[in-house]
Amino acid sequence: MTTTTVTKSEPQDTVPAARRVRRPKSERAGGQLHAGPIAYVILAVFTLGSLFPLVWTAIAASRDNNRLAQTPPPFWFGSNLFKNLDIAWNDANLGKAFVNTTIVAGTSAATIVFLSTIAGFAFAKLRFRGRGAAMLIVIGTMMVPPQLSIIPLYMMVAKLEWTDQLQAVILPSLVSAFGVFFMRQYLIQALPDEIIEAARVDGASSWRVVWHVVFPTARPAMAVLGMLMFVQTWNDFLWPFLVLSQTGNPTVQVAVAGLGRGYTPDQSLIMAGALLGTLPLLLVFAIFGKQIVGGIMQGAVKG
Amino acid sequence: MSTRHDTAAPPAKEGGAAPGRPPAAAAEADARRRARLSRRWQRDIRWSPYAFVSPFFLLFLAFGLFPLVYTGWASLHQVEMTAPTDMTWVGMRNYTRIFDDDFFWNAAKNTLTIGIISTVPQLLMAMGLAHILNYKLRASTFYRVAMLAPYATSIAAASLVFVLLFGRDYGMINWALDTVGISPVDWQNDKWPSQIAVSSIIIWRWTGYNALIYLAAMQAIPQDLYESAALDGASRWQQFLHVTLPSLRPTILFTVVVSTIGASQVFGEPLLFDANKGASGGAEHQFQTLGLYLYEQGWVNQHLGRASAIAWTMFLILIVIGIVNYVISRRLRASS
Repeated sequence: MTTTTVTKSEPQDTVPAARRVRRPKSERAGGQLHAGPIAYVILAVFTLGSLFPLVWTAIAASRDNNRLAQTPPPFWFGSNLFKNLDIAWNDANLGKAFVNTTIVAGTSAATIVFLSTIAGFAFAKLRFRGRGAAMLIVIGTMMVPPQLSIIPLYMMVAKLEWTDQLQAVILPSLVSAFGVFFMRQYLIQALPDEIIEAARVDGASSWRVVWHVVFPTARPAMAVLGMLMFVQTWNDFLWPFLVLSQTGNPTVQVAVAGLGRGYTPDQSLIMAGALLGTLPLLLVFAIFGKQIVGGIMQGAVKG
Repeated sequence: MSTRHDTAAPPAKEGGAAPGRPPAAAAEADARRRARLSRRWQRDIRWSPYAFVSPFFLLFLAFGLFPLVYTGWASLHQVEMTAPTDMTWVGMRNYTRIFDDDFFWNAAKNTLTIGIISTVPQLLMAMGLAHILNYKLRASTFYRVAMLAPYATSIAAASLVFVLLFGRDYGMINWALDTVGISPVDWQNDKWPSQIAVSSIIIWRWTGYNALIYLAAMQAIPQDLYESAALDGASRWQQFLHVTLPSLRPTILFTVVVSTIGASQVFGEPLLFDANKGASGGAEHQFQTLGLYLYEQGWVNQHLGRASAIAWTMFLILIVIGIVNYVISRRLRASS
């Protein structure tokens, strides 16, 4: 009896992550101060600042190039939106770019989530020699920006003749130390040791434990990590820009970036392309915004 | 990877350990089966953790560590884009070349100033925002999601929109300045305005994200700390200074490190801010960052060896920054 109560209360008291999740609702509601009018004004300004460039992208995309070369700039929608979207879609090779980016971001996010979950589980719940050192390496790799490695990667891609092929973008994107760290933090507090023990006593192999215990427990965190990774890969710019070409086999970002070139660019078309490239993710955020916010707040605070 | 040799292991002696030698062959077979199971069990316990973490480390080896080390190797060679496999040993010449190049120092300075202009206001604003979001608010989720919308916007899309907003002749920002009586600014060609404009793209994309991180850390601060501070007569501002800030120290350090790394890599925003000048970062390199300079040397001038030297220089700078950060954080911890 005593042992179970002790172990049950433990995760709540020792793990900061659990505390963070639970505290705001229960304790804050009474103690927390209500915001005054000034706070709302400041919030309104920042919300406006965050949303205005996006709204204005749509406004500019609904005008024509001549209207954008006049002062004052337009503040309301014109009538050219669908015409511009149509032209930008065809000019920038966006149909193909959408298919490509969905493949790249989908494959990458799914693989990262899977690999991060099993690695995070091992780091959180299994004992093995070198665990501490390996975890330090994982944290260390988070500090090394991937951009420093692009030259040899580019040479590899050139040698394998993978230029303009999607695997050149997918493979390097699969390394995510953040994912491993994120899943570890989640599983430490969300997965009680007793459940693993119980499964072990029933004779389950490690792999069965992963399949029948870890994955069901980790599902919410996996979903959040998947969304974060999808957003990140979808928006990736430098590496796809180097190995994919705008006319051949672009991702959305490569295609959209190509719209800005040329000496007499049509600004309304550029904005239409930018809008098309952003819209899918904004939709995802509109639907899953609450979960994504929760995931960022849960995963990012470790110093 | 190394675990799946269950079948390869020879069924050696262990079989006849405890039960002695019962006469019935069936019992012996049963005991052997059990021993095999328990051996497999132990192997599973012992090796499966490595199997679970090895995919990450293999990928990291192939696409993280190896390229990083190889960059160092390539930086000591002359390598041209036209024949990436022909490498001629040149020792430190790539490094002396770039250190003699004014554009390298120009890019280094720009990276530093753009880094400061973009990071400092960003984190200060994020802190303020987080403080406000930590009050009881109506529709609090709405503000959080709205402030995260820029994070969902790609560098490419954001940069293209800001180019228009910052346009010299017809841009909205100059129009707004004009209505309050300030003469128009050439955001693209003047040095400081262009750096501010490029930085504003970064600020716009990341402020909300950092605010959420600070907010999460603020919500983890125990409420009783505030209550006892209030009992001691601390004003709200004093509570913020003496309770909130000290508790946020590790988080602040984390965001500073991440933002510093991000700032050292800035590439897409300045590349697209003047799409026709591209890699040079403006007509007079006025907003060329180290990331852009690397790209210019490697992909425009096709000197991959020299680009590697730039990458390694950036890496060493990051290590120095990391060490400085570490020392500072230890000092801070020791003093508190």
